[in-house]
Amino acid sequence: MNPVNYLYLSALLFTIGASGVLIRRNAIVLFMCVELMLNASNLALVTFSRMHGTLDGQIIAFFTMVVAAAEVVVGLAIIVSIFRTRHSASVDDSNLMKL
Amino acid sequence: MSVLLTTTCAVPAAGAVLTAALPAGATEARRRTTKTVALAVSAVTLALAAAVALRFDPHGARYQLTESYSWIRSFGITFSLGVDGIGAVLALLTAVLVPMVMLASWHDADPGPAAPDGTLDPGTFERRRRTQGFFALILAVEAMVIVSFYATDVFLFYVFFEAMLIPMYFLIGGFGDRAGGPESARQRSYAAVKFLLYNLLGGLVMLAAVIGLYVIAQDQGFGTFDLPTLTDAVAGGSLKLSGTAQNALFLGFFFAFAVKAPLWPLHTWLPNAMGEATAGTAVLITAVVDKVGTFAMLRFCLGLFPDASKTFAPAILVLSLIGIVYGALLAIGQKDIKRLVAYASISHFGFIIMGIFALTSQGQSGATLYMVNHGLSTAAWMLVAGFLISRRGSRLIADYGGVQKVAPVLAGTFLIGSLATLSLPGLAPFVSEFLVLVGTFTRYPAIGVIATVGIVLAALYALLLYQRTMTGPVKEGVRSMPDLKVRELAVVAPLVALTILLGVYPRPLTDLVNPSVDATLSQVHRTDPAPAHPVAATSGGEQK
Amino acid sequence: MNSLIPLLVAAPLAGSALLLLGGRAFDRFGHWLATALAALSFGFGLALFWDMLGRDGEHRAVTEHLFSWVPVNAFQADVSFRLDQLSMTFVLLITGVGTLIHLYSVGYMAHDERRRRFFAYLNLFLAAMLLLVLADNYLLLYFGWEGVGLASYLLIGFWQHKPSAATAAKKAFIVNRVGDMGLSIAIMLMFAEFGSFAFTPVFDSAHEASEGKLTAIGLMLLLAACGKSAQVPLQSWLGDAMEGPTPVSALIHAATMVTAGVYLITRSAAIFNLAPDARTAVVVVGAVTLLFGAIVGCAKDDIKKALAGSTMSQIGYMVLAAGLGPIGYVFAIMHLVTHGFFKAGLFLGAGSVMHGMDDEVNMRHYGGLRKHMPWTFATFGLGYLAIIGFPGLSGFFSKDRIIEAAFAEGGTEGWILGLCALVGAAVTAFYMTRVMLLTFFGEKRWQPDAEGNLPHPHEAPRTMVIPMVLLAVGSVFAGALFDINDSFLKWLEPVTGHSEGNSPLSSWTVTGLTTVCMLAGLGLAYVMYGRSPVPVVPPVGSPLTRAARRDLLQDDFNHAVLVRPGSALTATLVFFDSRGLDGFVNGLAAVIGGLSGRLRRVQNGFVRSYALSMFGGTLVLVASTLLMRSV
Repeated sequence: MNPVNYLYLSALLFTIGASGVLIRRNAIVLFMCVELMLNASNLALVTFSRMHGTLDGQIIAFFTMVVAAAEVVVGLAIIVSIFRTRHSASVDDSNLMKL
Repeated sequence: MSVLLTTTCAVPAAGAVLTAALPAGATEARRRTTKTVALAVSAVTLALAAAVALRFDPHGARYQLTESYSWIRSFGITFSLGVDGIGAVLALLTAVLVPMVMLASWHDADPGPAAPDGTLDPGTFERRRRTQGFFALILAVEAMVIVSFYATDVFLFYVFFEAMLIPMYFLIGGFGDRAGGPESARQRSYAAVKFLLYNLLGGLVMLAAVIGLYVIAQDQGFGTFDLPTLTDAVAGGSLKLSGTAQNALFLGFFFAFAVKAPLWPLHTWLPNAMGEATAGTAVLITAVVDKVGTFAMLRFCLGLFPDASKTFAPAILVLSLIGIVYGALLAIGQKDIKRLVAYASISHFGFIIMGIFALTSQGQSGATLYMVNHGLSTAAWMLVAGFLISRRGSRLIADYGGVQKVAPVLAGTFLIGSLATLSLPGLAPFVSEFLVLVGTFTRYPAIGVIATVGIVLAALYALLLYQRTMTGPVKEGVRSMPDLKVRELAVVAPLVALTILLGVYPRPLTDLVNPSVDATLSQVHRTDPAPAHPVAATSGGEQK
Repeated sequence: MNSLIPLLVAAPLAGSALLLLGGRAFDRFGHWLATALAALSFGFGLALFWDMLGRDGEHRAVTEHLFSWVPVNAFQADVSFRLDQLSMTFVLLITGVGTLIHLYSVGYMAHDERRRRFFAYLNLFLAAMLLLVLADNYLLLYFGWEGVGLASYLLIGFWQHKPSAATAAKKAFIVNRVGDMGLSIAIMLMFAEFGSFAFTPVFDSAHEASEGKLTAIGLMLLLAACGKSAQVPLQSWLGDAMEGPTPVSALIHAATMVTAGVYLITRSAAIFNLAPDARTAVVVVGAVTLLFGAIVGCAKDDIKKALAGSTMSQIGYMVLAAGLGPIGYVFAIMHLVTHGFFKAGLFLGAGSVMHGMDDEVNMRHYGGLRKHMPWTFATFGLGYLAIIGFPGLSGFFSKDRIIEAAFAEGGTEGWILGLCALVGAAVTAFYMTRVMLLTFFGEKRWQPDAEGNLPHPHEAPRTMVIPMVLLAVGSVFAGALFDINDSFLKWLEPVTGHSEGNSPLSSWTVTGLTTVCMLAGLGLAYVMYGRSPVPVVPPVGSPLTRAARRDLLQDDFNHAVLVRPGSALTATLVFFDSRGLDGFVNGLAAVIGGLSGRLRRVQNGFVRSYALSMFGGTLVLVASTLLMRSV
C-alpha cells in the first residue's frame, strides 16, 4: 500500500483531534483529543521513517509515547482535583488559566 | 599589578554583604552594632580612596594603578580598573560623603513608631531588618559608584552604571521621611518608580549604543571594550566611525548620562526622588550617583566620540543654559525645602555640563571641581535641611520661621550651606563656577554672559529660603527646637571646613585634575582659544 | 616689611574666626579682642605707611605674592597683594575709621546679647574690605568684593528677628549680586582679551585692545560699581540697609564699603582712560545719582535714611569725578577720604541721638537736643559744616575741586556737569541744615513711648564720644591737610595720573559760586525749618516731596518691572514643570499603561481560547515556512 495514504490518515486524525480540542467542553474529552493529535503525529513519524528507510522517526515516536503517558498522568491528576473542587470538568466554567 | 583599586571597590561591597548579614533585631544595641560596622567599613574605604588619590602621580601616565582580569573572553570584556585624576578625585568625594551620610542618617532607618492607627511604617523591608538593609544598601551604592569611577572597560562601566539603580531604588522607595502620612508612602513609591524608569530607559539606550560600538569596532579589528584602546584607536584614526554612526552612538551614550546628571528637560525625576527620600539618600542621589553621569560624559562621550562631541556641543550648551536658568527659577517658586534643593541642583548640573562641553581647559577643570564642590556644599546644605526637617516634621518652608533665634548653630551652618550654593567667593563652589563661566565665555561669549544670570538667581533662591525659614519672629512649633547635637555637628563641621579650605586653596584638586583634563581635550583635538592680545607671560607666573 | 601686608588682612580675619568659633567663652572680652585686632591692623598700616614714605613716588608700590590660588593653564589667579599709594590710602581709612567704629560699638552694642557675633562680623568686614583694596588682580578683588557684600548682608540683617531687617539684608545682597554679575563679566572679557586679569598686565596691554572691547569692560565695571556704591539704577538697597545697627551704617554704608565702586573705577583708570564712552556713562551715572540722592535726602524724616540719601549723593560726586578721567581721579579719592571722616562722624552722631532717644529715628520727634547732648551736638555740627562745604573745613576743599574739575570737562558737557554739581551743593546744604535744625534746634517734639514715658536724652558713654570727637577732628582738618601744597595730589599722582583741565571759570569763581549755592540752600532750610515750628505729623507736600519720600518711586518701579513679572514667570514655570514636562511624561506612562491594559484582556484564562491562538500561531508559522520555501 502506498505509504502516502497513512499520511492522509494521520492528517485526518490530527484534524479530528484539533477540532475536538477547540469544540468540546469536557476536559476529559479534550484530553483524549490531545492524545489523538499526538498519535496522529506518531503515525506520521512512523510513516516518514518507513518512507525514508531510517529509524529516526520510529525512535521519536517512542519518545512521544512516553511523553504522552507522562502527560496523561499529570493531566488526569489535575483534572480530577479540579473536578473535586468544582464538581465539573467543563473547561468553560471558569477562566482556569487566570489567577 | 597593584590591587589597590580592586580593594577599594571590594571593601564596601564586602561591607554591604556583612552588614546585611548581621543579626537582625529590634534592640538598640543590635542596631548600633550594625551602624558601627557600616561606618567603620566606610571609613576604611575613605582611607583606601585617599591612598589612591595620593598614589596617583598627576604627571604620570593617563591611567594609573591599572588592573585587568579577564571576564567574558568571547566578547573581549575585561574587569579593568584604572584611575585618572578626575576619577581619583570623584571616588574620593564619594568616600568622603558616605560616612557623613551614614552619620547624618543614624536614626533614619530605626523602626519608627507605629502610625496612630496601628499600621506599620510602610517600607520595603521587614521592620526588623530595616537598619541592616539601609546601611547595607548605602555601602552597595558606594561600591558600585567607585567601580564606575575606576572602570576602564566600557562594558564593566555600563554594568555598574545600571546596577546602582537597584540599591538606589530601594533606598528611595523603602526609607522615606518621617514627615508625611500614608499619602507620602504613595508619593514615595511613585518617586522611586519614576527614578527607576527614567534611568532604566537611559540605560537601555546606552546599552544599544554600547553594543553598536562593539559591533563597529569589531568589524575594524578592535574586538574589545577596553576604553584606553578604543580612545587611542579613535584618536589615532585606526578606528574610524562614520559621521552618522558616531552621532548616533554619541547620542545613545549621552542620553543615559543626561538622564542621570540630569540635564533639562530630562530632570523631572530628581525633585520627586530627592523630595521623598531621606535627606541622606537625597545627598547620595545628587552628590554621588548623579556625578557618575557627568563624569561619564567627560570620560566616555568626549573620548570615544570626539567629532560628535564637537558637533553637538552648541546644542548641549543651550540645553544646559536653559537648565541653569530654569532650575534656579523653579527653585525660587518651591514651597518644599527639599524640592528647592533639588531644583537648585538641576541648575548646578547645568553649570557642570556647560563646563564639560565648552571644551576648554578652564571649563572642564571647572566642571570637575564643580562636581566635587557641589557634592560637598549640597551635602552640607541638604543634611542641615534634613536635621531641620526631622525636628519639625515638615518639609514646607511656610512651617518655619525664626529658627536662628532658637538654634543659632543650625541656622549658621545652614547659612554657610546657602552661601556655598550661591557660590560666594572663599567657598569652594565659587572657584569651580567661575572657571566654568570663564571657560564657556572664551569660546561662546553670549552663552557665558547669559549664564551669569544664574548667579543672581542663585542668590535669590538661597537667601529667600534662609530668610523664610531662619529669620523673622519665632514660629509656633519651632519654639522648642533643639540646636545641633554633637553627632550632627560632626557631620557638618568637616563638610564646612572642606568647603572653606577648597575655596581658598583648591590647588590639591587642580593639580590632580588639570593633566587629566588636558588629556581629555587633546582627545577631542581642541585647544583653548587664545586671547586677542596676550600679555607676555608676566601675569601670575612672574613671582614664581 | 612687605610681609606685614598679609597680616593686615589676617589680623581681623583671625578675630572673626576666633569670635565665631570660640563660642560663649569670648562673650566677656570678645569685643575688646576685636577692637584690639582692628587697632593692630591699623598699626600695621601705619608702619607700612611710614615705610612707604621712605621711598620716592615711583618706587612706593610693592607686591607681595602669597600663593597661587586657582591655576588652570592660562587662567592664573594668585593670592597676591599690591600695596601702592591708592591702596595705602584705603588701608589707613578702613583700619582707622574701622578701629574707631569698633570702639564706638563697644558702647553702642553693650546691651545686645549677640554682641560677640556683631564684632565677629565687623572684623570679617574689615578683612574682606582690606582684601578688596589690596588685591593685585581682579579675581582676588572680586573675592573681597563679595566678602564685604556678605559682611554687609550679615550686619544689615543683624537684628534678623525683625522681618524688615531680614528683607533689607537680602535685598542688599541681591541688588549687589546684579552688580557682581558685571564684575564677573568684566573679568571674563579681560581674560578673553588679554589672557590675564591681574592689574599690571591688563593695564600694560590695554592700549592694544579695541576701543569697543575696552568700553564693554568699562561698562561692566561701572555696573559693578553701581551695585556696590548704590548708584542709579542699582541704588535701591542703600536706604533699606539702614535697618542695620548704626555703627554698621557708619562704617560700611557710609565710610568704606559703598565707596568701593569709586575705588574700582579709579583702580581701572588705565581702561577708562582709553574708553571715553564708558567714561561718559560713568559721569552720567554720577551726576544723576548725586541729584537723586540729594532729593531723596531732603524728604526723609528718618534721620538715618536722610543721611543715606546724602551718602548716595556724595558718592555720586565721587563717581562723577572719577568719570572725568585723569583730571578727577585724585579728587574723587580725596572726597572719598574726607567723606569717610565726616559721614562716619554724622552717622555716629545719629546713633548717639538714637541711643539717647530710645531708638527713635523720626526727626520730627526730636528737637532741642543740643543742650542735652553737647558732645554729640558739637561733633555732629562739625561734620555738618564739613559736608555742606563750609569754607575751611574738609568738605569744602574736596567738593570744590570736584566742581572745578566738572567745569573743566569743557564744552556743553562741562557746563551741564558743573551746574549739576553746583545744584547738588545747594541741595546738600539744604537737607543737612534741615537735619541739623530738626534734631538739635527748635522745640522739643518728643513723643511718649507705649507706656507714656517721655524719653530722657542723655550724652553717650565715653567709648562712643571719643570716636566721634576724633572723626570730627578729621572732618575739620583733613581737607586743609590734603590741600596744602597739593600734598594729596602729589601722593596719589604716581598711581592714578593727573592732568589739569582748562576750566572756563577761574578757580576763585567756582569757589565763590559754590559758597553762594551753599548759603542759598542753608538759608532756604533755615526759613523753612528754623523760623517756623515743625509739625510732628508731616504735611502732605508736593508730588515731588511725596515721590521723594518713597525714594522717587524706585521700589515701585523695581516691583512693577522686575518683581511682579518675575514671580509670575516662576509661577508659570512651576506649573509648566509639573503639568507640562512632567505631565507629558506621566501622560506617556498613562498611555502605555492603557495599552497594556487592553493587551491584557487577550489573556482571558479560557483554555480553549489559548488553544485557538496556539493553533492560529502554528498555522501562521507553517504557512510562512511554506511560503518562504516556495520563494
